[in-house]
Amino acid sequence: MNPEFEMVVGLEVHTQLLTRSKLFCRCENRFGAPPNTLVCPVCLGHPGVLPVLNEEAVRLGIRLGLALGCTVHTRSVFDRKHYFYPDLPKGYQISQFTHPLLTGGSLSVRSGEGVREIRLHRIHMEEDAGKNLHAGIRDASHVDLNRAGVPLLEIVSEPDIRTPEEAVDYLKKLRQILRAIGISDGNMEEGSFRCDANVSLRRKGTSAFGTKVEIKNMNSFRFVQKALLHECDRQSALLARGERVVSETRLFDSSTGKTLSMRSKEEALDYRYFPEPDLPPLVLDPNWIAEERANLPELPQERVFKLSEELGIREEDAEALLLEEDLSRYFEEAREVVVRYAKEGGWPVELGTGRLVNFILSEVLREWNRKGARILSGELCPEEIAYLVAQVVEERISLNQAKEVYAMAVESLRSPKSVIKEHNLSQESGEEKLGEWIREVLAENPAEVQSYREGKERVFGFLVGQVMKKSGGKANPQKANLLLKDYLSR
Amino acid sequence: MTPLFDGIASFAQGRDSRKFSIEEAVRSCLDRIENLDPELGAFLSLNPNAVNRARQLDNRMARNPAQSPFYGYPVAIKDNLHVAGMPTTCASRMLANYRPLENATVVDRLLKAGAVILGKTNMDEFAMGSSTENSAMGVTRNPWDTRRVPGGSSGGSAVAVASDMAPMALGSDTGGSIRQPAAFCGVLGLKPTYGRISRYGLVAFSSSLDQIGPFARRAQDALEMMLVLSGPDGRDMTVASRNPEEMRRDFASEVRGMVIGMPEEFFSDGLDDGVRVSLERAREVLAAEGAEFRPVRLPSAQYGINVYYLIATSEAASNLSRYDGVRYGYRSLKASNIRDLYTHTRQEGFGPEVKRRILLGTFALSAGYQDQYYRKAQQVQSLIREEFDRAFHEVDMLFAPTTPTPPFLFGEKSSDPLAMYLSDIYTISANLAGLPALSVPSWPTAEGLPVGAQLIGPAWSEGRLLKVASVLEEAVGVRRPPMTGERQGGEAA
Repeated sequence: MNPEFEMVVGLEVHTQLLTRSKLFCRCENRFGAPPNTLVCPVCLGHPGVLPVLNEEAVRLGIRLGLALGCTVHTRSVFDRKHYFYPDLPKGYQISQFTHPLLTGGSLSVRSGEGVREIRLHRIHMEEDAGKNLHAGIRDASHVDLNRAGVPLLEIVSEPDIRTPEEAVDYLKKLRQILRAIGISDGNMEEGSFRCDANVSLRRKGTSAFGTKVEIKNMNSFRFVQKALLHECDRQSALLARGERVVSETRLFDSSTGKTLSMRSKEEALDYRYFPEPDLPPLVLDPNWIAEERANLPELPQERVFKLSEELGIREEDAEALLLEEDLSRYFEEAREVVVRYAKEGGWPVELGTGRLVNFILSEVLREWNRKGARILSGELCPEEIAYLVAQVVEERISLNQAKEVYAMAVESLRSPKSVIKEHNLSQESGEEKLGEWIREVLAENPAEVQSYREGKERVFGFLVGQVMKKSGGKANPQKANLLLKDYLSR
Repeated sequence: MTPLFDGIASFAQGRDSRKFSIEEAVRSCLDRIENLDPELGAFLSLNPNAVNRARQLDNRMARNPAQSPFYGYPVAIKDNLHVAGMPTTCASRMLANYRPLENATVVDRLLKAGAVILGKTNMDEFAMGSSTENSAMGVTRNPWDTRRVPGGSSGGSAVAVASDMAPMALGSDTGGSIRQPAAFCGVLGLKPTYGRISRYGLVAFSSSLDQIGPFARRAQDALEMMLVLSGPDGRDMTVASRNPEEMRRDFASEVRGMVIGMPEEFFSDGLDDGVRVSLERAREVLAAEGAEFRPVRLPSAQYGINVYYLIATSEAASNLSRYDGVRYGYRSLKASNIRDLYTHTRQEGFGPEVKRRILLGTFALSAGYQDQYYRKAQQVQSLIREEFDRAFHEVDMLFAPTTPTPPFLFGEKSSDPLAMYLSDIYTISANLAGLPALSVPSWPTAEGLPVGAQLIGPAWSEGRLLKVASVLEEAVGVRRPPMTGERQGGEAA
């Protein structure tokens, strides 16, 4: 990226809500059913039907507002947003325009070494559209309306995001909150968590916004990062050449990693918003809001503070442990087993949890990024990682050995226990056995022993190496060191 | 061709005393339809199961006595209300072959009370019009003079009741579509308070103004039907939780001592002399019964037409966007891509008046014009509401003509949309203010054409409006068009 420019990003996230039924009818809200099996006259937009608001969806909206520190408006209004498209049965989408359910609030994201607050503009309720199906069909398109009418919250940030990394962290933090309060499964692949970005550049140090471009179709965190990087490069190249950025909507193409123009703002649709006459304004009882506030579960940020205090680890480490639900569950389960090992082995728990945190943040996190959730279960389940950590604490193997064992276990998807067994990996700390190897080494290297005793201390390293070699790598290096010194000083 | 019964009380009495069976009652209606409807054209489709259902009800009644006055009562339904198993065409090419999957709430409630549906009645396409001339399905004639229109948009329902083909019918009223044809056809038509009756299953024209209501010969019958139709159903969030029984209570109130307002704006220059004379006579009757008349002002009502044709068309353009040829209804075969599919389907499926209103409504809501048109209209609508509120601090209800003229001739206004729109000038403001209003027959003109007197009340006052209507009904007498049988009642005004 051209260092003269600064990136300005605002994100629009659409999240489906985990309600049993759709937003305005009683059809089941479920992904993956055969096409057009979860439909009724209401969500098919038949003549004469009317919407009835799903209270559960409102409740979930209130919960998100409270979790993000938004103003929950006791009066909000539904509007109709008009456009023609085959996946939009009524020719309009019921949304909220002038009076959304939620405004304000914020989300803090990691930015380099620090933390930045990203302000939220608004969050409103709306219904999802269906899906047009083109693949594998000749000379026609099909429409699946199972998704039509599924409840959505659209979460619109202020243009406070400055880097692709912040954007990705924003999305991860947001998804973590959605999951923590149980309102969405945040599944990007199934489309229950979708993101559009408004991107512009401006010269560093200036405050006016540049011309913004809207980017759609980024259906993974990686694609968001790629799309923003590409868009930033594209815009900065234009500006560097003295050209203008055109206000338009662009689609991200994951096969090329580039964004392509979809439509210019001149072709933008006129949505003709007006208040939905079939739904009275949504008026909330303040007691209901208070009740939801009281029932809100522990939020991710609170858990981070708690964990960092409890384990004496840095907040960002605690955050990294908790950010991804798979990983944080894995950590919690492994931690319980470590506590058990500590009790049985009679050693301080902190020794084990400290090692566990470090091991997960370095080894496991790396492999997880590489291979995904399959390295968190089966032969690599939490019990196994706890076993490995306990082996290190109890000095049966060294930390380096443990790392090697873990890498081998991941490659072959075997349990660490079996890897240790197969490679006969164990650490010898017993003085008897160590003494035996030391005595042999001393006997075999009389010249070196002589040099050492004459003051050539550099020879010590050589002798330690010989002991390690003789033990086949099993000797506990610290113990071997101490004992060797002891022998040499006799 | 004398009807077997006259009104719901006489029906229930004849039914329970076994003077006639339900099957006979239903057949008598079907016979009249067979005889009269080829000329009048009120019905678009007949219920093939009507006689069967009547027989079933007769059989059931042999074991258990009827629980509702509506048990076995034949009714006609405007063709924008869903009856499962029958088409709902809205008199449009767009829905010519559309069959709804479920009943409208009002139809459900009538059926639950035991009613027998005779058929579906003609209307202006998607309820847009004031003469039923905008139907894509054919002409409906006024039984009082078949050269004249029956009014609209619920023309078919008004004609069915006026000619005794059906003792009662359902219509819908967005700007006068029940009251205006009721006035033109000499029957009673009631537009309830907005939120009194569920609109579920009514094909929407303008959602914030539409309300379903009854056509009847007698105020008592309209009351009975209102009690069946009203109240929340859980499928329409705009229905208020009011107890319908309040209407029965109010129907028992006294006319003596009532204060009735005469809005000056409704008796101005545009009013036909025949209508004026008829209404004056009606006023005298009510005054003689002890009602006190007082002039009131509704200065913003004159903008009602302007406001209505912005708000109603905006909502209509929105409501009608679902007719795209994708899922149901008419689909043009000319199209080879999605854009053409929309264009050709809507071009071929909608008639000229519907297209005119979609264009107007789309324009009124479009970016850059919304403040000037739609929002300005909403502001004036609020003024109109406030003026009504103020008036109802002083008076119990308003008395006014339903229409500026008696029924007009076919073609007289159909080439001039503005002239046609003006025929709703007195009815529109009740819709804009969400108020209950009815049209009750007054004395006919010297030419023998029907005239309607309109009563507009504060929200939820249907019972009292019907009470006053019943007093007029008694004075005027229930009249029947000459072509449909013997003449009843007194002389012309």
